[in-house]
Amino acid sequence: MRFQLTDDQRDLRGGVRELLARRFGREVLRGAVERPGLDRGLWRELGEAGFFGLRLAEAAGGVGLGVPEAVLVFEEAGRALLPGPLVATHLAAGAVPGAATGETVVTAVGGGGLVEWLDEADVVVGEVSGAVALRSVDPLTPLHRVPGAPAAAGPDDLFVLLTAAEQLGTAVRTCEAAVQHARTREQFGRPIGAFQAVKHLCAELLVRVEVARVAVYAAAVTADPVDIAAARLAADEAAVRGARDCLQVYGGMGFTWEVDVHLCLKRAWVRAERGGSITESEELLAGELLVEAG
Amino acid sequence: MDLSYTPEQEEFRARLREWLVKALPALPPKPSPDDWPGRRAYDLGWQRTLYDAGYADVHWDASPTMRLIFLEETETAGAPYVGANFVGLLHAGPTIAAEGTAGQRDRWLPSILRGEEVWCQGFSEPDAGSDLASLRTRARRDGDEYVVTGSKIWTSHAEVADWCELLVRTDPAAPKHRGISWLAMPMDAPGVTVRPLRTLAGSTEFAEVFLDEVRVPVANRVGEENDGWRVTMVTLSFERGTAFVGEVVACRRVLGEIAREARANGRWDDSGVRRRLGRLYAEFRALWRLTQWNVSEGEAPSGGGPGAPGVPGVPGVGGSVFKLRYSRARQELFDSAAEVLGVGALDLEQPWVVDRLSSLSYTIAAGTSEIQRNIVAERILGLPKG
Repeated sequence: MRFQLTDDQRDLRGGVRELLARRFGREVLRGAVERPGLDRGLWRELGEAGFFGLRLAEAAGGVGLGVPEAVLVFEEAGRALLPGPLVATHLAAGAVPGAATGETVVTAVGGGGLVEWLDEADVVVGEVSGAVALRSVDPLTPLHRVPGAPAAAGPDDLFVLLTAAEQLGTAVRTCEAAVQHARTREQFGRPIGAFQAVKHLCAELLVRVEVARVAVYAAAVTADPVDIAAARLAADEAAVRGARDCLQVYGGMGFTWEVDVHLCLKRAWVRAERGGSITESEELLAGELLVEAG
Repeated sequence: MDLSYTPEQEEFRARLREWLVKALPALPPKPSPDDWPGRRAYDLGWQRTLYDAGYADVHWDASPTMRLIFLEETETAGAPYVGANFVGLLHAGPTIAAEGTAGQRDRWLPSILRGEEVWCQGFSEPDAGSDLASLRTRARRDGDEYVVTGSKIWTSHAEVADWCELLVRTDPAAPKHRGISWLAMPMDAPGVTVRPLRTLAGSTEFAEVFLDEVRVPVANRVGEENDGWRVTMVTLSFERGTAFVGEVVACRRVLGEIAREARANGRWDDSGVRRRLGRLYAEFRALWRLTQWNVSEGEAPSGGGPGAPGVPGVPGVGGSVFKLRYSRARQELFDSAAEVLGVGALDLEQPWVVDRLSSLSYTIAAGTSEIQRNIVAERILGLPKG
């Protein structure tokens, strides 16, 4: 047993982080908020970097890596708040021509009949007739909803797991932002991070991140549906609760459009719905618990 | 990232499992919780059994992964917990191994491993809890002896211990962390008085220890005079990492039993109950993964040995992250048991009711959750000290 990143996995994560910092830093993120729309050039670049074809065999033009590596890449996407139907396109690689290279943008019907980026996508997985546009809470995720979509038909496991990986990355971002702010913002003549009330919020942010991290990574290794359900619960909590606490640490500035915290929270909300019903995940776990108990 | 065990580790597991099947039925009956001499004999007997089978030093010399397997298998099989051997095996022993002289190691370590002597811990004081370094128990040098006066609290197994790992103030004028020394005090020395403390669960799990002019040989000091704080930190860092392996395994079993009880008494039909139990199941699965993560992180490239300071073999602040989450989860586990039991949760004869009371100590003992959050915030996140 060696439940730690390998050197190759560390390098992969570092490489993706570096690519995204260069191509989708804060200025580009804020620019995207003001001028919504999918950046096709960036999409192709992601394709060239192997973002979508990561798990395809090398013979098929892919990178030939596994689910754990995909999870690390999507964690970084979540940390960068990278917009677009990334998970759907990644999962379509190999099945939909052009998806792996980033030429074709693929979206899919997620939990609750939610469809992201419908107007910009070239291909849609699932039935979207009668889809109605929502005024999306997340400025970086245009949303449609398919009326009467069966609630029971939850998204498939890998879709849920990669969504959880994105949630993990966003949770990491909120933790880093909260800590950064707590170290630099001064009140009463001291950094606010010197006060235990603030310090403890930051500590809990990290605890939730680390619990979500091991749950998501373990689910990537086992690909077990029960591990995936457990991972999504931990990751949703880390991202949503993390953004809320980060906002609290930011104080009044956290309530403004200008600071990025709200972008984290809104994306975390979207992904929590995309992953299907939380109740269903809890029920799946409860059922498995009874089976294990015998 | 690899969650599978090596053939060598699997073989260790298989041999241990096979041995446990034979060894456990030969155990004497379990003593009652109030029978302290009986508990001492039982716990020492188990350690002796482990020693004879070659498992005595698994806490010290085995790699963290082997230790994880040992603790997982013994708990799953229902083997006794370390009990009265806890301080010897997990605090005092590793400290002596890391910081003691050759003579001190020869004197104290074999008797711990063979299950011959019980150690207790004299760290906390009535006025030195979270702020342990402010301890005031005074040790005055008198020739070849220290003369110790003061009081200690929360000392488990004090009634039946042979030795106490004792923190004393040897230099009252020095800054608080720099005037402390670590002594091995014989519990039968004149001037030692033990008064059991009754917990809110009704049992006497620990005691107050009063020290009145107790004479302890200078030769019993481990480490340099006034260097006891550093010596102690070696012990405390050793305790984390695999400290809760058995308990997480046990909690998962209890959660299954609670689910079965809910199924039997109809509470399972309440979707709120099912969902809370499902969440707890996710929580304990994640805590197991966190244990595996921390243990893997603690794997030293060259098996650092007990308490070897500054090597990757010593699990560090990751233990605080684990303890924060686990202590809360354990309390939620027994609260959910109470929800399933309904009125039965008010009956001390029902299962889990006493465990629920005992679980209240988890967010306090061995560093309160508030102190753990300070550790996480200051040492991992780098926030300024308050």
